[in-house]
Amino acid sequence: MTIRFDKLGVVIAAIVAYAALAAPFATFRANRIVPGQARSILEALPPALGMVLLAMVIAAAIVALLRTPLILRLAVSVVALVALSVLIGTAGGFLTPAGNTFARVAPASGFWLLIFAFTLLLADVLTRLNLSPWSRLGVLVLAALAIAALLVSGSWDSLSILKEYASRADSFWAEASKHVSLALGSLAGAVIVGIPLGILCHRVEKLRAGVLNVLNIIQTIPSIALFGLLIAPLGWVAVHVPGAAAIGIRGIGTAPAFVALFLYSLLPVVANTVVGLAGVPRAANDAARGMGMTDRQRLFDVEFPLAFPVILTGIRIVLVQNIGLATIAALIGGGGFGVFVFQGVGQTAMDLVLLGALPTVALAFAAAIILDAVIEMTATKRRVVETA
Amino acid sequence: MKAWLPALLRLAVLALLVVFITSPGWFEPLLKPLTENGAPAIYNQGSLLTLTLQHLRIVLVATAAATFVAVALAILVTRPAGAEFLPLSRSLVNIGQTFPPVAVLALAVPAVGFGEKPTLIALFLYGLLPIFENALTALTTLPGNVMEAARGAGMTGWQRLLKVELPLSAPVILGGIRLSVVISLATATIGSTVAAKTLGEVIIAGLISNNLAFVLQGGLIVAALAVLIYDGLSAIERYAARRMGQGAE
Repeated sequence: MTIRFDKLGVVIAAIVAYAALAAPFATFRANRIVPGQARSILEALPPALGMVLLAMVIAAAIVALLRTPLILRLAVSVVALVALSVLIGTAGGFLTPAGNTFARVAPASGFWLLIFAFTLLLADVLTRLNLSPWSRLGVLVLAALAIAALLVSGSWDSLSILKEYASRADSFWAEASKHVSLALGSLAGAVIVGIPLGILCHRVEKLRAGVLNVLNIIQTIPSIALFGLLIAPLGWVAVHVPGAAAIGIRGIGTAPAFVALFLYSLLPVVANTVVGLAGVPRAANDAARGMGMTDRQRLFDVEFPLAFPVILTGIRIVLVQNIGLATIAALIGGGGFGVFVFQGVGQTAMDLVLLGALPTVALAFAAAIILDAVIEMTATKRRVVETA
Repeated sequence: MKAWLPALLRLAVLALLVVFITSPGWFEPLLKPLTENGAPAIYNQGSLLTLTLQHLRIVLVATAAATFVAVALAILVTRPAGAEFLPLSRSLVNIGQTFPPVAVLALAVPAVGFGEKPTLIALFLYGLLPIFENALTALTTLPGNVMEAARGAGMTGWQRLLKVELPLSAPVILGGIRLSVVISLATATIGSTVAAKTLGEVIIAGLISNNLAFVLQGGLIVAALAVLIYDGLSAIERYAARRMGQGAE
């Protein structure tokens, strides 16, 4: 029997070997802002558990290294990820001296590299399995449930990022809802305005180049500048338009952030609507006309359904982009997860940065997976309709 | 619209930009109405010219590194030896693009500290993706008959890569570089929140001191740079496409 190596497995095994044997698994700090001391796997966990984790990680790396069946690789990557996630919490409890509330234990580079390596393995397996949209959503839900279970069970409570969370739990959820409503609200606004604008641009050729150029230029204005520039006009509106201040329009805060995100969102929505409508086959339009459909019927019954997957792609771009950009709203008092990111940067408290950055990344990632699945579903449905 | 009008417009924007960053004092009367309580109208904590050059340098270094790595990776996964990585690299690019630039920037700080380094890393990582994606698309959709002809002419793998594949892919790869540069120009301004010397400094100083003139001048310089560079790279792209006989337009 000849031993055959998996090429990606070589990369994964190399990362795992470095991360498990040379890089620190966790860092221990006497308080939240002093530099940390590195702890390896064996130092960070009770001796028996440390040996078990080390053995497990190495065994998993060997499975990755050799050409093994997909199902085994799937099981191994999931088990390794779960074990790492649970044991980093154990390490937190083990390293924190009893009764000490200042000490901070955070995952270190070795832990993150191990997570990265096994996520790579899992991503490779999932790519090769070529999952259907529904099963991808299922995987996402399972992952979310697993993370939620770990959070609720309290096994991560001894980690620094959750200590940061514990001291500002209320404001965390307030900022989270602000972040989500900023991202979704501006998306809704962009869809309500952008799709009709895109239809108009499609029908009236003279408008098209002009509108798209203006929207293109808006995209090139750096986000923090656009946020800042809207402060003045909105401040003016708040003072001079009766009732504007009453509905929450102010120079700083959520209003300029909302308007800026809305402006950034317009280009992908309008451009994709135009592209989607332009891609409707001429034959479909001709047939609709031949059947005596009015312009409006043609738009809603023929053009729009056919262009829908392309428009949805625009919406996906906007949503992922908005979730990221909403972080910057914090700079002008607009709230959102950016509050923690910039506070953390200001206090050089990196756990606080993570408290803002990780949920943002998770949200953007989940939004991308969900919308990708929905796009694929609508696109397949369309193909079925076409062939029927 | 006459054909020369856009070119003239761009030239005017460029001239205005150069004059503004070299002698911003001339524009003081224009910006003065935006300030309150006698605050300075022109950024006074550093020269706009130096900041612009530093901004451009960070973007240039990050984009050059990103181009090199992204194209090398794309070449690797499109060779038979690296073909195994192709599907995974596609999904990694998809995943990577969901990472918000601010998050990348903020997460780089714990690893390398404040200053220029986290900004360079964030710009590099974020710049990789569009270039890699475009290079991958270009290299995997080369016309089959051309590749066949190159093989038939007895070209080695290296010769095919350097003389056929890369030149044919150049316009699409350039498109990726253009996207990446425009994203980087805007993202570099956020770099100032972690103490990198870029034009973001001007904007942030304006936000902190409630000085709209600062915000406007910082924002407009970056926007003008982005528009000019975007157009310039588009022109190079069209030239490359024409040379490859693909005649985009």
